[in-house]
Order: sequence, then C-alpha cells, then structure tokens
Amino acid sequence: MSKSKKISYAITLVFVVLLYAVVALLISQGTINRYYGGIITMICINVILTVSLNLASGFLGQLVLGHAGFMSVGAYTAALFTIHSGLPVLVSFPIALLLAGLVAALFSVIIGIPALRLRGDYLAIITMGFGEIIRVLILALPFTGGARGLIGIPAVAPRKSGINANVLLFSYVFFLAVLTVYIIYSFIKSRHGRAVIAIREDEIAAEASGINTTYYKLLAFILAAFFAGIAGGLYAHHVGVLNPAKFDFNYSIEILVMVVLGGMGSITGSVISATVLTILPEALRQFSDYRMLVYSIILIIVMLFKPSGLLGQRELSIKKLVQRIFDTEKNTGKVKKEEG
Amino acid sequence: MDFLSQIINGLGIGSIYALVALGYSMVYGIVQLINFAHGDIIMVGAYVTYVVLVVAGAPLWVAILASILFCTFAGVLIERVAYRRLLNMNAPRISLLITAIGVSIFLENLSQLLFTSSGKSMPNLFPNQLLGLGEVQISSISLINISTSVILMVLLQILVNKTKIGKAMRATSEDADAAKLMGINTNTTIAFTFGIGSALAAVGAVLYCSAYPMITPYMGGMLGLKAFVAAVLGGIGSIPGAMLGGYLIGIAESLTKAAGGSQITDAVVFGILIIILLFKPAGLLGKNVQEKV
Repeated sequence: MSKSKKISYAITLVFVVLLYAVVALLISQGTINRYYGGIITMICINVILTVSLNLASGFLGQLVLGHAGFMSVGAYTAALFTIHSGLPVLVSFPIALLLAGLVAALFSVIIGIPALRLRGDYLAIITMGFGEIIRVLILALPFTGGARGLIGIPAVAPRKSGINANVLLFSYVFFLAVLTVYIIYSFIKSRHGRAVIAIREDEIAAEASGINTTYYKLLAFILAAFFAGIAGGLYAHHVGVLNPAKFDFNYSIEILVMVVLGGMGSITGSVISATVLTILPEALRQFSDYRMLVYSIILIIVMLFKPSGLLGQRELSIKKLVQRIFDTEKNTGKVKKEEG
Repeated sequence: MDFLSQIINGLGIGSIYALVALGYSMVYGIVQLINFAHGDIIMVGAYVTYVVLVVAGAPLWVAILASILFCTFAGVLIERVAYRRLLNMNAPRISLLITAIGVSIFLENLSQLLFTSSGKSMPNLFPNQLLGLGEVQISSISLINISTSVILMVLLQILVNKTKIGKAMRATSEDADAAKLMGINTNTTIAFTFGIGSALAAVGAVLYCSAYPMITPYMGGMLGLKAFVAAVLGGIGSIPGAMLGGYLIGIAESLTKAAGGSQITDAVVFGILIIILLFKPAGLLGKNVQEKV
C-alpha cells in the first residue's frame, strides 16, 4: 500500500468516526430533534439506495427502473420477520436486515437471469414491470396489510432496555451506509469491477476479451438489489409503518435522479447528491407548490448541459488530495535545491 | 354472451392504449428513447379539451381540433427544447431518458399549479348507448374508439409507407447518420415524428375522456406506462404491433376485471409483458435485429 493511500485511508476513517461520534452525541442529548434525526436517517438510507443503484446503472450501464421494488421487498421481509419471529428485537433486527437483502437478491436473480441475457433496454422495462407488480401484490396479499399499510413494526430497541433507540438506529443506518460505500468501492476497484466497467464501455468488446458478460451483469445487478433490500429493511424500522404507495414508480425515479445528478459512475457524486436531494425538498417546504416544478427544470437543465451528471465519472478523492500536497512539497523542495 | 361483450369492451379501451402506444413506438423507433413525457401529453390533451369545451363553451369539434393542434405543438416544442441538443451530441441514452422524466414531472406539476390537483369532471363527449347485437351488448363508445383507432392506424401506415416524409422517417430510424448523408434533414424528421405521436395522443385523450370522464394532472402516468407496455408487447417500432399490443392489453384488462380481479389488473398487464419478453424479446411483431460489431 502506497504512503498516500495509507494516509487517505486514515483520514477517511478518522473523518467517519468523528462524524459518527458528533452526530450520535447530538442525537443522544436531544440537540438534534426527531425531525432532523429523521432527515439524517433518510440521508443514510438514500445513500445506500443511490450508491447501490449506481453500481447497476452507472458502472454496469443497465437502466434499472424498479429499485424501489427491491427496496419494498426488503422492507416487508424485514418488518414481517421482526413482527413475527418472536425473538427480542435487538437480536432479530440484524437477522431481519440480512434476510431483507437476501430476499431482494433472490428476486433480482429471478428477474435478472432472463432479462440480462438480452441487450438494450429490456432490463429497464422488466424492472419497471417488476416494481409495479410488487406494489400491486403487496396491496392484494393477505399478510402485508394491504392499502392500510403494515403497522406495528417494533423500534430497533425496546423502551425497557435503556438503549436510546434513536442513537441505535442512527448507528445502524450510518455504518451500513459506510459499509455499502466501502464494499461497492472495493468491488469497482477489483478485477470484477473492471469487468463490469468494461461491459458498460462496450459489451461486444468485453465479451470478445473473454469476460462472461451475463455472469458479471447478473453479479452487479444482484449486489445492487441486495443493498436496496437492506435499505428497505432499515426504512421499515425507521418509519414504523409501511405504506405500499411509497414504493411506486416515482420513488424508483427519484433514486435514479440522485444517481444521475451526482454522476453516473461516481460513488462520491452519489453520496453528495443523495445528501443534497434529501435535504433540499425539506428546506424548500414553504415553496412546496413550486418545488417539483423547479426540481424538474433543474433536472432538465443539468441533463442538457452536463449529460453525464455533475461529477461525471470522477471521484472526489482524499488520496489525490494527499498526493497533490506531497507533490507540491516535493516540487517546492526541488525548486529550492535548484536555486541553491 | 358476456365473454364477447367483455372482449369488445377490452377492444374499446385497447384502442386508446393503441393510439398512445403508436406515439411511443414511433419515437422509440426513430431515436431509441422511451419518451416518458408522452403519457403526460395525453393529460395535456385532456385539459385542453376541457378548457375549450367547458370553460370557453366551444363546440366539441373545435375542442378536439384545438387539443390535437396544441398537443402537436407541445410535442414539437418539447423535442426542440429538451431533446434535440442531446440527440445531436449523441449523449448516452440514459441522460435522454432522465430528461424525458424531467419533462414529465414538469408537465404534471405545471398542470397541478394551473388546475389544482383535484380532478375535473368532463361532460359526456359522445352519445353513450348500449347497442344490442343479438345477445351481445356493445356500448357506442367502444365502437367509436375502435373505428377511430383503426382509421388512424391505416392513415399512419399510408403516411409512413407511401409518402416522402414517411420515407425520411424510415430512413432516419434505420440509420440516422446515413440518412443525414443522403440529404435528409433528420432534425425536422424527428420533430415531425414527435408531432404526429403527440397528435395521436391528443386523439387518445379525447377518447379516454369519453370513457372515463374524470381528468387529473397525474392521469397520464399509469395510462402512459400501460401504453408503453402495449408498444413493447407488439414489437416496438412497428405500427401494427403497437395496435395489436394495445388491443391485447385492453382485452387482458377487461377480462381480468370481469373475473373479479380489478385490484391486480396492473400486475396482470406487466406480467404478460414479462412473459412475452422472455419468449419473444423483440415483441410479437417486432423484427429481431442482430447486432453488428
């Protein structure tokens, strides 16, 4: 590991821990009230959704229009598990999250195997159809609560246990968001990730170079769905009541917009845009009549003048920053020597 | 013969899907764009009809004409403002799609600002009678829908296959760069395609209003999605395919409703789409184009 890489890892780690410590402290003291705490939780959930969708749409280049569908599968799986398992919620919640991810991944296999053999927009159409079917099925099935919603989802920590549920929930969403970013970043930097990017750049050339395109497309798609499922599980225990209308086509589009605005193929871009686009609607609440209108105009203008999103495929990286600082030190050193 | 009545009912609704699907199909055929704003053009058409007919009190034919003209203009304008720049710089398809979604959100919210989110109810546009044909009951609206859609499809086939602009459209959809080299103004051709598609959507809007006399700013969303499913089902880019897809979706919907599953109609529609795509990825009447390196 190079020196600048080590330094950048250290800086990132310190930053993450500090951020967590400060926010967790503020939540436990009540300085951040429930409303702001809710927004912070939604930011983390949206980061997970956006970064995972970026893997499928930005890095793999396959349009997925049903990410909210996978999220809803995860949400209902996790919620039903914690309600009916009978285990104490401190134990059952982590298991429920894992289950949520796995079930969402299972659905993505069922959809992905037929759809990903084909080239073109078929995955977009089929995932769109899947999202709608799931929503309608949730409305129609007997055990999901239907249109009234699924109620009675327990908080992540029971009141008697003495653990602050808000802090615990924040810890879950924060560290899972960090973990998601880390896993997807590592995946992209690995051999598998390069194969995935090669497929985006030119599927035929990738296939000719010996990449099993169906396998890698499926792998990236399943990974994306897995994290969407986990985000769903977190969401279910954050809001406490699941309403199937939340997971409609528009929500899938909202996540896609976050990916595209941040930059298709930029993880840091996704994190930034998920954060901004979660806060912005809340901040613009007094203009709520005009909010979506302005939102759509911004969307169109960004697309017209910067079609690859605000960051494009670039990453904001501490490593480069560190390198730059070192380089300038070296350079100034050289200059001094030459002068001497 | 309840079954036959349901089929004819389905054909009536399917005609609306078919007209809207034609717009999706033509635009997709020429620029490979899933034009998500197309569904909202229907909504625009419905509101224009409402304003001219109810607010201004003009006769029905004026309202229909105004709606068609306005939608054509809107379609061309949207293409000019939102898509042309991206099309000409060969932007990735996904950014075109996002722009289309942006246009869709814009139209929905604009009409919500202008007309509020609560729906407006339309008066009866066409005489609604039940015609008895033996034991089969047919509503006059279904008949009007079916005949309108068939006439328009025939006209569109003639336009695409027999006229000069139709030839330009076919050439542009086959290979836009080569078409440009042959002296075809592809920009005008694409704008023309958007205009025609939007005009058909306006007709679809009028028919839709006569069948479901309630219009809201969000009526285009689901209707547009289903029409798009119809276009894919029939084979996107193919005019008879879009009609066939529209009729099939309409019939499937009306049969599901008749069987007591009105809650799951949408799931059935998308389920059919997925099954068809698994076995015939190019759609029922679509050509399977082999990709060349």
